[in-house]
Amino acid sequence: MNNMFKSAGLGATPVSRRRFLIASAGASVMFGFLRPEIALADATPTMFEPTIWYSIDGEGNVTVNIAKAEMGQHVGTALARIVADELEADWSKVSLNYVDSDPKWGPMITGGSWSVNTSFAMLSQAGAAGRITIIAAAAKLMRVPASSCMAQSGAVVSGKKVIAYGDIITRGQVGRVFTADELAKLPMKAPEDRHLIGFETTAIDIPNKTDGKAVYGIDAELPGMVYARPKIPPTRNGSKVNSVDDSAAKTIPGYLGNLVLDDPSETVPGWVMVFADTYPAAIRAADAVNVDWTPGPTANVSEQDILDHGAALIASPTGGSLVVEDPGVDAAFASAKSTLEQTYTTASVLHFQLEPLNALAVEKDGIFEIHTGNQWQSLIIPVLSTALGVGQDKIVLRTYLLGGGFGRRLNGDYIVPAALATKALGKPVKMVCTRADDARFDSIRSPSVQTLRMAFDGDNKVTAMSHVATAGWPTLIMSPAVMPKGVNGVPYDPFSISGADHWYDVGAQRARAITNDLANRSFRPGWLRSVGPGWTNWAVESFMDEAAHQAGVDPVAFRLAMLNGNGRNAGGPPSAMGGALRQANVLKLAAQNAGWGQSMPKDSGLGIATTFGQDRAMPTWVACVAQVRVNRDTGLVTLEKLTLVVDAGTIVHPDGALAQVQGAALWGASMALHEGTQIVGSQVADTNLDTYTPLRMADVPEMDITFVDSTEFPCGLGEPGTTVVAPAIGNAIFAATGIRLRHIPIRAADMRNALAAPA
Amino acid sequence: MTSFSLNGQPVSPQAPEDTPLLWVIRDELGLKGTKFGCGIGECGACTVHVNGRAQRSCVTPLSAINGASITTIEGLDPAGQHPLQQAWVETQTPQCGYCQSGQIMQAATLLKDFPNPTDEDINAVMGGNLCRCMAYIRIRKAILLAAPKLRGTPA
Repeated sequence: MNNMFKSAGLGATPVSRRRFLIASAGASVMFGFLRPEIALADATPTMFEPTIWYSIDGEGNVTVNIAKAEMGQHVGTALARIVADELEADWSKVSLNYVDSDPKWGPMITGGSWSVNTSFAMLSQAGAAGRITIIAAAAKLMRVPASSCMAQSGAVVSGKKVIAYGDIITRGQVGRVFTADELAKLPMKAPEDRHLIGFETTAIDIPNKTDGKAVYGIDAELPGMVYARPKIPPTRNGSKVNSVDDSAAKTIPGYLGNLVLDDPSETVPGWVMVFADTYPAAIRAADAVNVDWTPGPTANVSEQDILDHGAALIASPTGGSLVVEDPGVDAAFASAKSTLEQTYTTASVLHFQLEPLNALAVEKDGIFEIHTGNQWQSLIIPVLSTALGVGQDKIVLRTYLLGGGFGRRLNGDYIVPAALATKALGKPVKMVCTRADDARFDSIRSPSVQTLRMAFDGDNKVTAMSHVATAGWPTLIMSPAVMPKGVNGVPYDPFSISGADHWYDVGAQRARAITNDLANRSFRPGWLRSVGPGWTNWAVESFMDEAAHQAGVDPVAFRLAMLNGNGRNAGGPPSAMGGALRQANVLKLAAQNAGWGQSMPKDSGLGIATTFGQDRAMPTWVACVAQVRVNRDTGLVTLEKLTLVVDAGTIVHPDGALAQVQGAALWGASMALHEGTQIVGSQVADTNLDTYTPLRMADVPEMDITFVDSTEFPCGLGEPGTTVVAPAIGNAIFAATGIRLRHIPIRAADMRNALAAPA
Repeated sequence: MTSFSLNGQPVSPQAPEDTPLLWVIRDELGLKGTKFGCGIGECGACTVHVNGRAQRSCVTPLSAINGASITTIEGLDPAGQHPLQQAWVETQTPQCGYCQSGQIMQAATLLKDFPNPTDEDINAVMGGNLCRCMAYIRIRKAILLAAPKLRGTPA
């Protein structure tokens, strides 16, 4: 009887013939790193595989290879729409193939809100190449000039003659070879000729997410596997295991043993794995195993220690990387008629992706196969190579849906313990973290400290601005090679300072980024949805509001005067056309849509903020008006409404774009008002939902979201909506109460204390 | 030994009586649609129906459900076309999708108790289900879309 249910599980998933054929074809081009040439698939004459990115079979079915992690953004649908539009494919015949790791896909990373932006040209040209090749073959088959043919909806038409793609591939010689240069030169469609990009569709991944069929990493199983739960050491770095006492665990049915990990990659120092034949037994056994550790040197570090250290780093006039350094900053401050200086802080934040970290590892014929959801395969495979002592070509990451990414799964450190355990045990090991394990092992959003200064002349015109930011730097710890250098030659984590290099014309500008080394030692900082722009814009946009009030100018007018598109803020191709003037546009629209300037009831207020999302090279222009009501007795801040205007250029999948902005903005609201933790003794204080309190259904405000109709190059949408909300809320609280709060999250107690404090 | 009905089929799993139902369903009986999120009954990803009512399977020991009728997301509708499932697709609600089995099972109980739910009813009953992608606007919309279709159907 039970077998019947078993067969409904993962083991029943068949390996499709399609996948096998692609794998065979791939074997002949395994050296082909980013090989973009067009070639016939050599596995079968009835399969047209014009680039590595898709294939068309003899029935006209198009399978698009997706090398991005599917974690809620419906990225597969968006990328396939890009291919299919240029290919003139019949959308009803398009399906997705989420691929496993392979060097041929090039760098595998899903983050930074980049996927559509960085794939758009390449996938458009790949689609165009297929269309051109198919039209040429169809012209021969129909004995008409190619110039008389046009492709539409999976068929080629010439006058009254029509031939379907599948028939062309079955009957025709579909084999033109394009060089990489030729591919890159293929023109992309004019926006008015598109019929998929920008039009509504449903996401291909959604139906299976409503009936239990969707398969996530945590659902993976292999015959003969054992379950593992880790014992997380007292400090992320430098913990050493002295002894393990499992005498109590031995009484737990199903307990199999434990393993002190020896990790040459030093990813998980001091880890002990506890094994059992079921996961609930592993949970109990791990609780019963006692480990004596010598903790690392940061064992007593607190959140306040990290914030204090950050403040001290900022106070020192030297140190860090000068990301922006215009001539004349110091002179402008020296000659200023007035100045403003404020410091802003943010608390530690957990990813709390709902699927706890997990990985299933097995060694088969000398290949380590990892079953898990992951966002940055190219980052973790070299680490696994070091940990396991095998070549990178001996490691494959099998792809699964992610039960939330939010940046946590960019850092694949959770794969290392499962891989080391399978190597030691010689059998498949499925490690699953409990929620508390997951939280204690999180790569949190680092606490941050930032100090901003502004100089005004006698007419209250801004003449200079300085922004110094410090936080733990994920990129320094995990991928230092990609860090650019500031103008003083010092490398910096771009993801931890972006936002300080804003598009306002402030005269002489300085942005200095300093890594908080105490944070880096005490925990492993992570990239968390919106990363640096999630805190830099909290500072910039709160500060702009304060500066506007100091100058006695309306906050919208104050910003618009500086969003003039002059000099480096003019923008340029490919992604930043229009520059600051597009930011000014979304700001004006948001103010207009929200009724900026209207009189508000007592203790209610509107606050405005605007950002450019993730980075200057890919600016997604966002503006937000928050409407709040403050209860003076309880301190409760009710977020009543968010009005957002977004200009991300061309929108590929409009409903998917809306969903991303809805979710991203609510993440911003959650980190502003509802969630945050703190480091206590080198560990996060909150490890589960009994005390960690992300935004829930009842906290959702009314939301009015507008996209600017644009044909500019598409920019990302996963994170920009997050960056703009916290400062809009803080500014609204000021408008409602006259109280300026400079730390998030803002909890009722903080508001109450501020209301009670003498003015 | 505990016996119960799972989506209409009698089962007698081997797991110890104090094992949370979640792991029995997922790992012994092989139905993976019910998800592990927090393990303390506060995220709702593991929600199943016990005798027709939403319950957190991660904090329900096997011993507590002897003779009960358990329904998981796989059994809510034989074809996966329950009005709530249809509404979830129509509103394009799921993002990562990990919480959605639990959301749908909880919503089914909501609409049994409140066939014509107010926003406050939805807040109260769905407040225990965390959606980390924060697809809450669409979850609410989907519930309101399914409600009229479910009214008048036998309880």
